[in-house]
Amino acid sequence: METAASRSIGDYYTRHFAAEQSVEKTEGETLILNIGPQHPATHGVLRLVVEMDGEYIRRCEPVLGYIHRMHEKMGENRTYTQYLPNMGRVDYLHALAWNWAWVGAVERLMGIVVPERAEIIRIITCELNRISSHLLWWGAYLLDLGAFTPIVYAFADRERIMDILQTVTGSRLTYCYYRIGGVGTDIPPDFCGMVRDFIAYFRSRLPMYHDLVTDNIILRGRCEDIGVLPSETARSYGATGPVLRGSGVAYDVRRAEPYSLYDRFAFEIPVGDSGDAMDRYRVRMAEMEQSLAIIEQAMDRLPQGPVMAPDLPERIIPPRGETYFAVEGARGKIGVYVLSDGSPIPYRVKLRAPGFSNLHVFAELAVGCLLADALSILGSLDLVIPEIDR
Amino acid sequence: MIPTMLHLLAHPFIRIVIALVLTMAFVGVMGLVLVYAERKVAGFIQRRPGPFEVGPHGILQSLADAGKLVGKQLVRPFDADPFLFWAAPILSLAPVVVCFLPIPFGPTLTGMQINVGLVLILAFSGLNTLALCLAGWGSANKYSLLGSARAVSQSVAYEIPLLLAVLAIAFQSGSLDLTEITLTQRRSVLSWNVWVQPLAFLIFFVSLVAETNRAPFDLPEAESELTAGFHTEYSGMGFGLFFLAEYTYMIVGCAVASCLFLGGWEGPVADGHWWFLAKTFGLLLAMMWFRWTYPRVRFDQLLNVCWKWLIPLGLANLVVTALVIKVVG
Repeated sequence: METAASRSIGDYYTRHFAAEQSVEKTEGETLILNIGPQHPATHGVLRLVVEMDGEYIRRCEPVLGYIHRMHEKMGENRTYTQYLPNMGRVDYLHALAWNWAWVGAVERLMGIVVPERAEIIRIITCELNRISSHLLWWGAYLLDLGAFTPIVYAFADRERIMDILQTVTGSRLTYCYYRIGGVGTDIPPDFCGMVRDFIAYFRSRLPMYHDLVTDNIILRGRCEDIGVLPSETARSYGATGPVLRGSGVAYDVRRAEPYSLYDRFAFEIPVGDSGDAMDRYRVRMAEMEQSLAIIEQAMDRLPQGPVMAPDLPERIIPPRGETYFAVEGARGKIGVYVLSDGSPIPYRVKLRAPGFSNLHVFAELAVGCLLADALSILGSLDLVIPEIDR
Repeated sequence: MIPTMLHLLAHPFIRIVIALVLTMAFVGVMGLVLVYAERKVAGFIQRRPGPFEVGPHGILQSLADAGKLVGKQLVRPFDADPFLFWAAPILSLAPVVVCFLPIPFGPTLTGMQINVGLVLILAFSGLNTLALCLAGWGSANKYSLLGSARAVSQSVAYEIPLLLAVLAIAFQSGSLDLTEITLTQRRSVLSWNVWVQPLAFLIFFVSLVAETNRAPFDLPEAESELTAGFHTEYSGMGFGLFFLAEYTYMIVGCAVASCLFLGGWEGPVADGHWWFLAKTFGLLLAMMWFRWTYPRVRFDQLLNVCWKWLIPLGLANLVVTALVIKVVG
């Protein structure tokens, strides 16, 4: 009869990982644990192989590729316009930022000037989308920490954003709204009223969330001084977004390499000081308020005019050349590199997903942590696995 | 004939058998009611209606779920130890039924009146830890193993403050019989032990939440960390029994708490078992409220609360109680 010992346990990664030397030799036996690809805390199909000594993590290695969909290769097989719907699927939580990264890159390659009204509409919708992404992170993070209720509140608020974006874009999650040279359609007449209602409503909700959750002593105990990420480490891994800003580096693409009309808006870049999970939490919570401020300013200066560039060619065929365009997504710097050979189809597309760099910080932070802390850190990095695998 | 029947019914053995059968019925029904209540409370806290489809206001939902659990295939992992694996859920539920015997539901409604009732309850409820341990070991799953390791250290740690709180009441009442402890609080609402021993009540209730593995102390089955902890590998009624046992331990704990601290069956008006049930349900609702409000604590924080706060406070409370009784009484 087949026994446990006679069967080889684990796949290539597990065995490979187990064969490697432990960083620090321990007295007793250690345990190789596969967290994922199906696990409630990995929010998708991320897999972490960890070596555990009791509840403490000795080593950790993320295994990727379970949701690799070849988005970059797909870019080399379709026209510039046809590739746009892929963008909403790379990071479905902040789809509009990816939309923007792609159309921005192609516009830069072709030298297209986007009308001001379209730019402002892009800013409003992208910031709304950022709030909805941060809200979902907030709920899911607290779910990781064992609080079941906040995610329902977050979803109720997020629903309102999705209702607003639905009236503009026609979809609720994987938006495909921006076009090369502008946006798909002009905003409906009642859009501004809905957005202003939402801003007032959400401003009244945020204090409650802070009272109920941010100031909770159990949450503080689970976040403060957990997963302290020094700014040097964050920079060396290429971490961006709230993960980098939580460590005290005020790097925001909207300020560092201003695109669109962001240089005309007054907003702050919230930063943390110690770089623990609580700092990343606070940065995201503060960013939602900053996004509200940006949206308000944008609504005030929404001009009349066309929403598509007037002199667009019939077919999008950029000249030979290459370009790189970066936008600030909810998770960090989203970069698109396009290489054009003068044909209607891109020669090469490279997508820089912020989650990829942010995830690899985790393998370093998790060492020496309790399992519960490691999952708190994982949640605080706000990973979207489809974006990492692309 | 009838006198003979009554005589027979009054026989202690027959009485225990009847009490056990009634307890089983009570446990079954209360399990269904509490699952429904829990889901409705969760719905209320989360701004949603909760179960609403099966029966009016979803009232038959638990029954449908129970039917589903009974109907499901029982799966045992390849490497699991069959005996330990199946013994665990049974061992988890079986002892808890005995715990109901000494609980006085009303002035005369007690399964078995013995003078060490409290010890009996504490002893039998301690067996649950063994069940969790067996489940974790027998499942041949790493998550289960971690879950049961957590369960054991948590239960062992929190049994101490629980006992200290109970001891303070036992000192004060001079009895381990729950009926007698209830009777000592008879004079008025103000003579309930919760006013006399507020610290003991606090310690008891916190330890109770931890002993029953309820959130925010639900570490042995921490979903986002250990998938489902010790019952990861259980399907159908294997899981159902663990689930029922968890709720039954909650009932026992809250029933004991209402006897010890809230005057049991006594109320401002019309004493009787309804007061007892109302108090028990009140405490159960508080436990549900905790679960749907707080995040989960970490394991070392959980043990720190126990060793650094609850046990020293419990000891101090016990010493003060003993001194006061010595001086006053």
